[in-house]
Amino acid sequence: MITTDILIIGAGPTGLFTVFEAGLLKLKCHLIDALPQPGGQCSELYPKKPIYDIPGFPEILAGDLTSNLLEQGKQFQPGFTLGERAETIETLEDGSFIVTTNKGTQHHAPIIAIAGGLGSFEPRKPQLENIDIYEDNGLAYFIKDPEVYRDKKVVIAGGGDSALDWSIFLANVASEVTLVHRRNEFRGALDSVERVQELKLLNKINIITPAEITGLHGDEKIEGVSVTKDGVTQVLDADAFIPLFGLSPKLGPIGDWGLEIEKNAIKVDTVDYQTNIPGIYAIGDVNTYEGKLKLILCGFHEATLMCQSAYKRLNPGKKFVLKYTTVSGINGFDGTRKESPKAVVKAIL
Amino acid sequence: MQDITIHVIDRNGKKHSIAAPTDMAMNVMEIIRSYELAPEGTIGICGGMAMCASCQCYVNSKHMLNVMEDDEEAMLSEAFNVKENSRLSCQIPISEILHELEIELAPES
Repeated sequence: MITTDILIIGAGPTGLFTVFEAGLLKLKCHLIDALPQPGGQCSELYPKKPIYDIPGFPEILAGDLTSNLLEQGKQFQPGFTLGERAETIETLEDGSFIVTTNKGTQHHAPIIAIAGGLGSFEPRKPQLENIDIYEDNGLAYFIKDPEVYRDKKVVIAGGGDSALDWSIFLANVASEVTLVHRRNEFRGALDSVERVQELKLLNKINIITPAEITGLHGDEKIEGVSVTKDGVTQVLDADAFIPLFGLSPKLGPIGDWGLEIEKNAIKVDTVDYQTNIPGIYAIGDVNTYEGKLKLILCGFHEATLMCQSAYKRLNPGKKFVLKYTTVSGINGFDGTRKESPKAVVKAIL
Repeated sequence: MQDITIHVIDRNGKKHSIAAPTDMAMNVMEIIRSYELAPEGTIGICGGMAMCASCQCYVNSKHMLNVMEDDEEAMLSEAFNVKENSRLSCQIPISEILHELEIELAPES
């Protein structure tokens, strides 16, 4: 079991800055993120886009902001559970929490800071009748083990990189690969598009465009899919259907934690950004309150106030006053110390 | 500068005629959000970067709109409920030429 003072759910800019603010108060942080790398949207969606409203940075690339935040917090030695989604929460008798991920990793902390941004990124599901009953019964949104498809008839839908890449990969595994896309053009890396073209000429991949999957068939598991092209529908035999339409953020399991939800976000008290459950805070884009702005800079402010409140909660009665880093420097948990050099004042004679 | 009027048919089929400023560098998704014509969290999720399709709309009027850029086209090629007249409303900047524009919000997906 991983134990920490503040368990941060979401390793985007707000979560990463929380590590720094908590560190100043000698609180240790651990972060969970569904994505395999820290940075949240900044590194997943737009690492190369410039941001212009980070105070003190006239212009900074989202990817660079992530790197800087990691650097800023590193002396406070945060722990990371990456590529796992926070799934369930359990409140213990002493008021502390155990958060378990979808892979079963357990984390114990007295304070939870949900900095989940837009939520966790989930596959976009096509709107097909009875799609739910086929999930994990021949229908998969992710390919975990390509061997599952050995000598099977596979239909892939989508027109982006993942649809192209998996079609190429499975062409040598499955007995039959059919790629269905709504447009004639595919949008992917040039070499992937060319490779699919070659495999098509070798009859290793069937391509049906412009077409859409319009129905799923089978008794409890996928046995066929309907493909509609130019208004004509045909049923293809299939053992597996893999729709690859990208990811979209969803609040996900956190929505079932008993937190007050408003406008698809977690309602908080603006005094300290605490939720309706004492000890659970929500900061950054994931929260809502009157006047809320979904800006990174607001997330930083919320994280700062939240850490002060968390400190008081963990140390009731202990006197503490806000310190300035210019005055007291930074004492890292790794033994490092940063401080401003003392200016030597000499009397002028 | 004068506001223009935009007609928005929400996801329940109700038509709203709203005033949109042309001097605030806003796009159509943002004006829809500012009037709360779709619940927060169901539109403009990515913030307007053509990286989700939550602000997809159908353009009903015959206005000459700005040409689609690659990222918008890529996103629409992956989105659901796409029609001939689909656009991402975050990619349509509000300007005088959009006066009396009529759009319909695509279903949430």
